Amino acid sequence: MAELELKSHRFRSEREADWRRLETLLSRVEKGGARKLKRDELLEMPVLYRQALSSLSMARAISLDQGLIAYLESLCTRAYFFVYGTRSRPLERLAGFFLHEWPRAVQALWRETAVSALLMAGGTVGAFSLVSRDPDWFYGFIPQALAAGRDPTASTQALRDTLYAKLTGHEALSGLAAFLFTHNAQIAIFAFALGFALCLPTAGLMVFNGCMLGAFLALFASHGLALPAAGWLMIHGVTELFAVTLAGAAGFSIGWAVAFPGERTRIDAAAEAGRRGATLMAGVVVMLFVAGLLEGFARQLIQNDLVRLSIAGGSAVAWGLYFYLPRPPGGPV
Amino acid sequence: MTAAVSPARGKRAPRPRRPPDDGWREFVTPEGVDLRLRIGSFSERAGAFILDALIIVGVLIGLSLLLAALAWRTGMKDTAEAAAVIWLLGFFLLRNFYFVGFEMRTGAATPGKRAMGLRVAARDGGRLTASAVFARNAMREIEVFLPMSFLFATGMGVDAALVVLGAIWSGVFVLFPLFNRDRLRLGDLAAGTMVIKAPRRVLRPDLARDGPSLVGGIAFTEAQLDAYGVKELHVLENVLRKGDRRVVAEVSTRIRVKIGWDAPLEVSDKTFLAAYYAGLRARLESRLLFGHRRADKFDRP
Repeated sequence: MAELELKSHRFRSEREADWRRLETLLSRVEKGGARKLKRDELLEMPVLYRQALSSLSMARAISLDQGLIAYLESLCTRAYFFVYGTRSRPLERLAGFFLHEWPRAVQALWRETAVSALLMAGGTVGAFSLVSRDPDWFYGFIPQALAAGRDPTASTQALRDTLYAKLTGHEALSGLAAFLFTHNAQIAIFAFALGFALCLPTAGLMVFNGCMLGAFLALFASHGLALPAAGWLMIHGVTELFAVTLAGAAGFSIGWAVAFPGERTRIDAAAEAGRRGATLMAGVVVMLFVAGLLEGFARQLIQNDLVRLSIAGGSAVAWGLYFYLPRPPGGPV
Repeated sequence: MTAAVSPARGKRAPRPRRPPDDGWREFVTPEGVDLRLRIGSFSERAGAFILDALIIVGVLIGLSLLLAALAWRTGMKDTAEAAAVIWLLGFFLLRNFYFVGFEMRTGAATPGKRAMGLRVAARDGGRLTASAVFARNAMREIEVFLPMSFLFATGMGVDAALVVLGAIWSGVFVLFPLFNRDRLRLGDLAAGTMVIKAPRRVLRPDLARDGPSLVGGIAFTEAQLDAYGVKELHVLENVLRKGDRRVVAEVSTRIRVKIGWDAPLEVSDKTFLAAYYAGLRARLESRLLFGHRRADKFDRP
């Protein structure tokens, strides 16, 4: 009985070398990426993968060796993820992101962006009018720690000084910029993630953000410092508030997809909205980095209101053109 | 890219009770072969996360010590500032991009996941895109950091009640994977991904040929080989591969009794089992070639 060679033996001995070859190539790839392979090895890969797949279906039909089938399943899975996995060059992907993917994601979410901006504007206007009428409201919007002496009891001169505060040494500035960037980016990612909880927490966050802005503006306006305060805020605020608005929009889109998936299943809708939102969020982090630099460096180094305001206006125009300028269709998706 | 996972989706109509879930999912490649993937279990994923968290905390502590030592050695204000900047950015990058960075690589797994034999895959079988990886990890903000903030929050009276309510609310996000069949966490849901078990296996020797090779000289009759089916063959394979002596002896006695084996007793249990495995497999495989798959011993030949 045993002398007679099994079909499954012959099957295995004929193909084993190819499997081993595929396995070695895969181990190298998994350690260091596709660049570890030479050109002809890269071309060999799909061939070996299809061979392994056909071996697997054959083995399932003729072999009763569980060890062999489990091995082939694991080998094919690894090869599948390599062959069909992402392998485009990082630089190309980066260019594709900034040229096509990000602006497209922003354009696709214009409705959510509008809602998000309206909520924030509503919070700003509401808080501004409340604080203008009764300065005590200020304490309801701004936490003590953030106010740092800039409250209704402060004198005009003290307030003016905070707008033109000069820090000494560049190291201090870079520390401030790093803190502002990481803090804001974390909040933005948080706002995006919170959108999953059916939009409401994100909406709250947007309104509250607007309230803080409005309260500060009202405080400075009551001392006749409206224009300098606007310059002080908006030099980085245009970029920062736009980024936060976009983060809120991404959060809304995902919460909306979960709550009202429409024709699609809830899971598919959530996944689609989540991926598009994530593309947008990756860009938001970049924007907040720019905002952090503006806030940490430019605001401290530039003390002139007009220059500050023109930088603010310039950045608003630049972002608007970049995002919403009609683009020719096409390009990588 | 037409590969598709059969998703575990609820239907509107009253549904029949599902059999207990074994974690295996159909996963058909564009070539039409089912790869049969296993969903990563909750415990494996929790283990992977704890490993990753330990790595992050370890790196952070190391970074802090290094920077503190640096600042202390030079004793200058400038270096202290620079150290603070590096620390802030390092913390931010680790918190947000540790997972993203590793999962965007070819292996699609963080060190913790790799240690547990897990990897991330797109649920539709397509490419795992960068945006999907970013989305699934951005959700960690409300799955990990939001509950943590409630955990460390303190308050009195109404504040305390709010903290408790918040903790319960955020707890929903943490325990989410326990309440669906595919063990999806919120991030997986938002990104259309899943975590699968994809261990590396080595090709093990074929027991019917490379095993203990004293098979010659032991012959079984057809009736003796017809005692079992494929299921028993697989059990036998596991027993032989594990090679636990007591189990081998026990199984061997069972089989000897069942098939009425009365040949020389000096054949060791292991040799006997290896021989019987080879014989049974040859018999079942040759019948398989003729189109008859005998599922188990109750399946009459």
